[in-house]
Order: sequence, then C-alpha cells, then structure tokens
Amino acid sequence: MRFDQPATTNPIDRGRVVGVPHDRIDGPAKVTGTAPYAYERHDAAPDAAYGWIVGSAIARGRITAIDTRAAEAAPGVLGVVTHENAGPLGKGRFNTAHLLGGPAIEHYDQALALVVAETLEQARDAAALVRIDCVAEEGRFDLAAGIDGAEVPGPFFGKDPDSAAGDFDAAFAAAPVKVDQTYTTPDHSHAMMEPHATTALWADGRLTLWTSNQMVAWTVGEVARTLNMPPENIRLVSPYVGGGFGAKLFLRADALMAALGARHVGRPVKVALARPQVPNNTVHRPATIQRVRIGADRNGVIDAIAHESWSGNLPGGNVEMAAMQTRLLYGGRNRLTRHRIAALDLPEGNSMRAPGEAVGMLALEVAMDELAEACGVDPVELRIRNDVAYDPEAGPDRPFSSRPFVDCLRRGAERFGWSRRNPTPGRVRDGRWLVGMGMAAAFRGNQMSRSAARVGVDGRGTVTVETDMTDIGTGTYTILAQTAAETLGVPLEAVRVHLGDSRFPVAAGSGGQWGANSAASGVYAACMTLREALAQKAGFNAGDAVFENGAIVAGNRSVPIADVAGREGVWVEDAIEFGDLDKTYAQGTFGAHFCEVGVDAYTGEIRVRRMVGAFAAGRILNPKSARNQIIGAMTMGVGAALMEELVVDTRHGYFVNHDLAEYHVPVHADIPDQDVLFIEELDDKSSPLKAKGVGELGICGAGAAVANAVHNACGVRIRAYPLTLDKVLRGLGAVT
Amino acid sequence: MTLHENTRRAGADAAGEDATAGATVPVTLTVNREVRHLTLDPRTTLLDALREHLRLTGTKKGCDHGQCGACTVIVEGRRINSCLSLAVMHDGEAVTTIEGLGTPERLHPMQKAFVTHDGFQCGYCTPGQICSAVAVLAEIADGIPSHVTADLADVRFSDAEVRERMSGNICRCAAYPNIIAAIRAVAEGAA
Amino acid sequence: MKPFTYERAESPAAAARAAARPGARFIAGGTNLLDLMKLRIETPRHLIDVNRLGLDRIEPTEDGGLRIGALVRNTDLAADRRVRRDYAVLSRALLAGASGQLRNKATTAGNLLQRTRCPYFYTTTMPCNKREPGSGCSAIDGFSRGLAILGTGAACIATHPSDMAVAMRVLDARVDTVAADGTRRSIPVADLHRLPGDTPHIETVLAPGELILSVTLPPPAGGTHLYRKVRDRASYAFALVSVAAVFGTDGTARFAFGGLAPKPWRAEAADAVAAQGPQAVAETVLAGATTTRHTAFKTDLTRRTLAAVYADAGRG
Repeated sequence: MRFDQPATTNPIDRGRVVGVPHDRIDGPAKVTGTAPYAYERHDAAPDAAYGWIVGSAIARGRITAIDTRAAEAAPGVLGVVTHENAGPLGKGRFNTAHLLGGPAIEHYDQALALVVAETLEQARDAAALVRIDCVAEEGRFDLAAGIDGAEVPGPFFGKDPDSAAGDFDAAFAAAPVKVDQTYTTPDHSHAMMEPHATTALWADGRLTLWTSNQMVAWTVGEVARTLNMPPENIRLVSPYVGGGFGAKLFLRADALMAALGARHVGRPVKVALARPQVPNNTVHRPATIQRVRIGADRNGVIDAIAHESWSGNLPGGNVEMAAMQTRLLYGGRNRLTRHRIAALDLPEGNSMRAPGEAVGMLALEVAMDELAEACGVDPVELRIRNDVAYDPEAGPDRPFSSRPFVDCLRRGAERFGWSRRNPTPGRVRDGRWLVGMGMAAAFRGNQMSRSAARVGVDGRGTVTVETDMTDIGTGTYTILAQTAAETLGVPLEAVRVHLGDSRFPVAAGSGGQWGANSAASGVYAACMTLREALAQKAGFNAGDAVFENGAIVAGNRSVPIADVAGREGVWVEDAIEFGDLDKTYAQGTFGAHFCEVGVDAYTGEIRVRRMVGAFAAGRILNPKSARNQIIGAMTMGVGAALMEELVVDTRHGYFVNHDLAEYHVPVHADIPDQDVLFIEELDDKSSPLKAKGVGELGICGAGAAVANAVHNACGVRIRAYPLTLDKVLRGLGAVT
Repeated sequence: MTLHENTRRAGADAAGEDATAGATVPVTLTVNREVRHLTLDPRTTLLDALREHLRLTGTKKGCDHGQCGACTVIVEGRRINSCLSLAVMHDGEAVTTIEGLGTPERLHPMQKAFVTHDGFQCGYCTPGQICSAVAVLAEIADGIPSHVTADLADVRFSDAEVRERMSGNICRCAAYPNIIAAIRAVAEGAA
Repeated sequence: MKPFTYERAESPAAAARAAARPGARFIAGGTNLLDLMKLRIETPRHLIDVNRLGLDRIEPTEDGGLRIGALVRNTDLAADRRVRRDYAVLSRALLAGASGQLRNKATTAGNLLQRTRCPYFYTTTMPCNKREPGSGCSAIDGFSRGLAILGTGAACIATHPSDMAVAMRVLDARVDTVAADGTRRSIPVADLHRLPGDTPHIETVLAPGELILSVTLPPPAGGTHLYRKVRDRASYAFALVSVAAVFGTDGTARFAFGGLAPKPWRAEAADAVAAQGPQAVAETVLAGATTTRHTAFKTDLTRRTLAAVYADAGRG
C-alpha cells in the first residue's frame, strides 16, 4: 500500500479498538517473568557456553602482544577469541569503531577478547588471565578543547548540517532585545535495564542470534557485513528487548562476540555485557556545546534566531543534531543553524532517545525562558506569539501537516495552574523549600519508514500478525493487535502478534519514534489486503463489505471470516510505503511541559514536585501505553536536567562513572505524579492511521521545564547541565 | 607512549591456589515451595543459581552489583538482591521468585495490578519491582520505618513511603507513577 | 571472582581461627564483598561464612546501653524499638543508606567495614593506592566529586561511604572483637578506622582474623537526634555530605560527618562551640580541609547542611 495522498475515512476511524486504552497483551508474560529475553534461551540453546568480554584498558593505541595461554589453561575454558584468530571481519555501516579491536585500539573498553567457558564463573575468572600488552597513544578526549578544530560533518539521515534563511547577523544586530547564551550538555548513557546480550548458535554454516535489538533487518545486514556471510544465512530473533533507547539500534559487541565465540568452540555461546562495561564498550549520547542567539522585538516576537552546536565523536562518527528543532519550532525571518563535529577518541557516540532534540531543547527552551524574562513576557505567551503555521525556513509553501502547538500550551497551562506562577524568581517559599514553576515546549519531528507485515486468519477466526518489528517497552504488541482487530473487525483477544524475528517481513523497527505509526500502518496495509482476499474468496465486493464481529457483512449477507479462511487459512503480506507527504508538509509532534520544583534553601537540593504535559501526536493508538511512553520520557528529561552525566576522565579517555551506582538515573523517590493530557487530533498526512509517534516527544523540553522552574524558584540560571546542587549553591544566597 | 598491561593485578593474586578452591559444593534451596538440590561452584550467586542452574529466568540480571534491583527475590520472607549473595550462603533457606508469585493464568494480585495500571514497559525490571512491592507492603504492615517516615514510631502507608521504599528498584523506562498506582491499588484492596 | 574455599563457621572463636589464614575473609551480608570480588578488587582464597553464628541479637547492657550483634541486619537495627526511641540518629542514618533490599542483607559489622566508592578504586585498569599500593592516586587530579576533604593524604582521598558509621561515631559506640587467639577487646569506633597516610590499603586497626562480635552503644543521652544526608538524587545514592547530630537539652550538641573523610568524622572541638551556632561548628570542623576542584563545594555545603540541621532542631 502506497501512502502518498492524505488519508480519507477508513476502518481505523471506527475507533472501537484503536484509540482505546487497552492493557498490554504482553503484560501477563512480563509480570510473571515468562517473557524470554536474549540471555534466557535455555529452550533454544540448552547447552550454551558462557562468554565474557575482555575490554581495552586504554583509549587509543595498539596491541603489541596477546597471551591467552593462561586463560585457555584455566578450568572450564573452551577457547579464547581475539583479533588474531577471529578471521577476517568487516565492519557494519552503523558502527564507527570496530566491535572487536586489535591490533588498533579505538576506545576504552573496546572488546579485545572473548573468553568462553563452561560456566559464567569460569569465563569471568579466566578473562582476567588474558594478557594483552599494548602501546598507548595520545588521544583527544576533551570536547571543549576540540571545538576550535571542529569540522563540518556530512549529512545525518539526509539532513544537512547547516541551514539559513534571511540575514541572521544583520537582524540580530538590529534587534532591540537579544539573548546570546551558551549551554552545555554532558555525555548521557542509555542505561537500559537489560545490558546488551546475545545467545548465538551455528548450524550448517547458518547463524542464529537471539539478541536484544531494536532493528532486526538492519542488524542482519550488519552481521552479514561484519562476518562476510550472506544475510540469508543469518536469523536474528529479538521478541523482547529490556530497554533500548537507541543503545540497541545496531549490532554491538555482545552479538558479534557471541557469534565468533560460538563458531570458535563449536557450541552455542551466550554473552551479556557486564554492567560496568556498558557505558564505555557501547554507545552514548554525545556531549554538546550549544550557542543560542535570539533577537526579538520588545513584545518578544522573534526576528532572528540562530542555534549552533558542537559535539564530538570518533573519526567517521555522527554529529549530534542538536539544532534541528530550531529550524521548525518558532517563526522569525532571519535564521541560522549550524552543526560542527570535533574528533574525539572517547567511546562511540550515537543515537539516544530523541537524538538532536533531547539536548537541543535543553538549550533552546532555556534560551526562550531567558527571552521571556528579558522582554517581560509570560513564557507561555511568548511561545504563542512565535507560533508559525509553516516551515519557517522554507516559507508558507511548506505548511505543517498539523500543528496544535498553541492548544498544547493553553490547555497544559490551564491544567497545571500556570496562572498562579509568580514571575519574579525566589518569591515563593514552602518551609525550607524555594518553590518555582517552569515550562517549556515539546517538539520532535515525525518520521515514517516503510514497514511490512504478514497477516493471516485461520479456521477458528484467530488472526495472526507476523513482522520483524520490535517491542522495546513501547507497547508495540498491543497496538499492532489493536490495528489488526480494528481493521478486520475482530475482538482484540482473537489476535496473536509475533515480533522480532528476521524470518518475518521487514518492519520499520524501533527508533526515532517512527515505530508505532509506521509498523501499525504496515499491519493496516496487510489487513486491508487480507480483507480483499477474504472478500474475494467469499464472493463479496471488497468495496462494499464491512468487517465486524468476526464476519464479513454486505447487505443482508454475513459470513464469519473463520469460515472463509477454512482449514488452510488465508495469509497475505503487504507493506506501507510512504510517498513525499513529509516533504510537501512539515511534520512534527508537539507539546508543552509544566513543572513545579522545590529548591532546598539550605542545601540546593532540587526536588520535582509535580509535572504536567499536554501533547499532540495525531491519533493516539493506545492512550494507556502512550501515556506510559510520555511519562517515561519526561522522567528521562528530569534525569538529564538534574543528575545524568557521564564524566570524562580527560587524562585517560574514558567515562569514569560507568555503572548504575555512579551514573545516576532517577529512582522512584525522584519522580512525583505526572499528569499527561493528549490533545485530540488526527493527522491525515502522516499515515492511514492519522497517527504519529510519541516515544520521544516526552523527553524533548522536559529537562528545560525543570531548569526554568529552578530559575523561577531561586533565581539561579544554570546553563551547564546537569543542575547539580553545587551549581545551585554558587548562585544561592547565604542561609540565615 | 607507555606500555600497558590490560589488567592490573589485584590483591593477593599471585599467591598459590588452595587445593580445594573451586571444588563444587552441594546446596539445597526451597524455591517456590519446591525443594531443589544443586551442586554448585561456590562462586555461584543466588541469582545465577536461579537463572542458569534452575532455569528460572524470571529473576533478572540488570547490573549484578546491587545497583538496580532487577534481581530482587524474597528469601525467608525478606526481599534481597540475589546478585549480591552466594547461593551456598542460603543453603536450607526458602526463596520466592516471580515464578512463585503467580502464572500468566493465575496472576498474583500485585502482578495483576501491574498489568491493570501499566506499571512497566520493557518488562526487564518488572519481576524485581513486583517482588519488591510485595515485600514493601509487608514491611509497612510490620511497622518497619523508612527514610521518609516522619515519626519513627508511626509507620503507615503513603505514596511517599512507597516511592522511598521502592527506590532500590530502578525502572529506566520510568513507569514509576504507574508502579505506585499498582501498589496503592493492592494496598487498598487488601485493607 | 577467583576460586575460593567456602566454609561455614560454627563459633566465633572458630571463625576467627579460620580467618587468620592468609587470604581468608569473613563474609556476612556480602553486599560489599561480593560486589568487589566480582570485579577482582577483593580476591579472598577462603571465605568464612559467619552468618549462622547467632550474633544477631540486640540486648541491653548492664549500664543501660545496647549491645548490637555484629550480624544484626541494617533493617532490624533501624526498626528496633529501643533504637528508634533512644538512638533515633542511628535509625535515621541506617534508613538513609542503600536500599530496602540491601539493608535486609547488610550487617552492622559489615557496614562499618565497607570500602570506599571512589570510582578509581572500582576501576581496575586505573592506578589506585588503596587497591594496588604504590600505583598512585587517580582521584586527586581526576574526578573527585564524591571524595574526601578532611583526613586525607597525598596517597588517597577516598571517602568512607557508610551512613550508619557516622551515627555510631556521634553516639560514641564501641566495637567488641575476638582475635584468632581468642583475645577479646573493645575498640572505640573513633579508633576503628585508620586515616590513609601512606598506607591507604590498611583501613582499620583490626588484625587478620579479628572478628567483630558486637557494637555497643552507651546509655541513651536523650536530646534531639537528627541525621541529614545530602546526595545527588532523592534516594539510593551515597552522601555528598551528611551530618549526624544529637542536640542536648542543655544547649550542647554533638556532630559527626559523612561524605567528608576517610572515616566517620568527628571533631570534638566543634562540639565545644555548638552553642555558638552552625557557622562556628562548620569553621571548626573544616579547619584544615583540603579540597580539589570537584570537592570545593563541600565546604559550603557542610556549612549549609549544618545550618539546616540547626533549623530542623529548632535551634536555627
């Protein structure tokens, strides 16, 4: 099914199943611990041996000698894989550094060896006996020191690193009100709860990987490229993913090393990264330095806006596109965005939830708060005044497909009680707490991607959906079941959904908040094709037939689809293909965050007291799981605002706080009630479902709302994230 | 340029091995009301004994260092991090894991509440959250105070109490408010 | 984790004897030792499990104090009615530490003996004088946000991470031990931990095999008990600064500090100026503080936390 014209009325509009807050259909398996994750496939590989990765102790250099004899002689050890015996390896397109290092070492904790043993205890112990001598070389580890030599990066997913409209410099110089500030965000760790893990099995030259991965088809291709083997000989299975947030978009060392280890010892091997290895061995969100300049009139109407961002990565790695939202979010005739990249020898930077916007909004939305203060305009009103109905770089010829941004601002403000905010910082006190309110916009682009599914119905009327789509906690199982149930007119309970197997048709995968809309549209496409097949088989005109209550109905004739399917069943496969509606129209998801914080007047400790968000993302397929996505993302935004920072040791070139004790993420006690309001809208240019993604929208701007609330509470403006209490104390008055 | 060894040698590493070090030991656990006899490397944690030897993979390994709570099980009525305990230290003791609370067909009330209130996303921290939640309600009923208990002599249920007591169970998907709602529902249902 | 022999001790004396062998270590809760063993920071060759020695009772002493068995779990100690009533600072400190699961396992003695959370101590590829004597300190010129500013030396600026020990210090607890030869002694908790000097790897005055049997609290001193812990998130994090305070009804007060030093820190001279208010106490405690660029904030934070404690005690 090709989607290149705005959607018209279709079976999804019935809204009997889609749009209803259903419990997750994978819930019972998850709450009983019976959903199998990648390291838990005793069913498929009962004799799997255990692999343990040896990481590099230096950030950059060369291996001069490897001695594996002591490890190989240790009890239970079946073999050791290093670059010396791994055979020729290619490199995946999405990997910057090699997943198995040697002789060159590209970053700290890069995998240099895998020890395989009968038990986990033996493998872990023997890993310490692998002796690797290496010569360390000078590395570049400090982003701030690297920005002078920063370069223009190549396009990122087709997006140009620079953009401009009008004459920014002249307009900014002439603007009566100016904001010119620099903000910094540190490296972030995905810190998903399940470390990267894989069970690998070879049989007759064919490889099966039970792994934890967001993008099944991409990763099959990456395995093929890395192991120099045909993709058809690779099966990848990823039905349950214990969190990803971008960390599992790509082939990582767990999967490659498990495959190499299993080939080396002639037995299935399973490998999980040890938690302390995760931040340095895998990927992270790169740190940024962002300069935002806004020139406005005295009413706060923007005439000039510029956002420049610097980030670092290993040579060949991607830039963090932190200025992307500034191209679309606010009006103003004179505009400029610019991204630059510095070469660093830290571990590989890559996508983490809402790459670009998540950190870009931390800068832009504080700059907007600073502009509101400079103009004396309420922050909500300021954003309303700068709303724009079209892509402000391209002009009115490229309108937004839908943009209920002002609705989000107004309704969120009302729900939160924004009118009770005292605009003068430091005036509200509750015992020892200085109390403040802050807000920020939410914005994240809307992306779509081709997505296929196979759908069948059997003689009992059970509908089965098969696609290599993944559910990383996003609720995919449930929304795909809802989509099939709605389109085919069957109850939700009649639908089975099988995901995450490369033997199924290729779906969009989980990333960039494109998954739900794309994959559900793919299932919709397949279901519409199935309707045609069933109608034809039953002798109906598909155009006249209505599918409801498990039957095909036209006129006064009704035939159960189970009967039509018969004993052999009916199966079809189809895909959604997206045309250029995302080029004709600017597409995005919108929202507004509101937050109340307390700042301890003595210690500078910050506690979030309540959060409200209003969001618009087209049709909300399952308000229950969508709300969960939003609150989870808001919490990740709180983490970015208050505590999350991978600390770089610029002498040794590694992240010092590389475990969950030292890399702080929010715990239960950090998070208050969160109130989420969805603005009703349908976006007929986004997909046949008129839906958009919500998985990343919630993090965009959430941290800025916290930072703005902190400023309102105590008058301290912090532009270097996270807002730890030492930074608060620098600006806080003496205690009396 | 400096020459590095990959691993610094720690402690008394060079000392000779004891002849009996590494020998396996018998361990008997009562897991989910069933007596299980195991022969284990003494280095085996309770977590790995459950996941790898008894193949009860409902208990999760998130960090293996007591930093996340995904491995929480109930031993002799108390919740602990099974990653930071050797199985052999629990010889003769009773362990309840997520599999012992309920099954997909017969959910424990806490498991059911987690589904109803959408108290999870990826599901990986979930068994630990649920085991912890069941134990938390018992701790409150037993009058064990917490960091946020205003009067140490007066322990009672509140959302703030649950948030503090559940803080050893990290949920990176951050279904936190939903988890609190699930626990509150069970507490109110039991009251 | 290197292979080790495991044995369950039958009596305290037998445990002490067994642990006097080279490479032997006691294991009780295991929440710190196993963490470190997995990373090969601790590599015992013999583990002596002391969990079933019966040292898990809390009993009154003849002089009206409390004797806390070495194996009393942190949860049970915090919840004990006598502790809650008479030594609330101890309950508060315990409850501010770790998580519910960890407190259910962690023991009184083990808590006193837990090792630093310095990130370089925890990263075996980096120099650390505590882990590998003579290799150097990575923290002094590295990332030191959580580390010490008092009692440090050129070899080490690690912090003692315990909350409980800070309360034990303000309460003038004593540690009762038995040595491998059966000798018993009682050590003021003030003297249990050593400052790093040139030997940061030697952290206590305990001899090899010396087993802590109990911790004894003096008779209740009354007053207002407070424990204020400041950290980077609301729960489940180590202290940046913590203050244990006991305010007497006569205007006196006693303070001990966490997050500032290689041991639970007490400055009796500071207690002497308690009546002058938090600033005087802070200046006395902080005299001689040595900070890094990452720990410089701890002086101001200590002052402010003390002010908060005074305010909470109604003495602000």
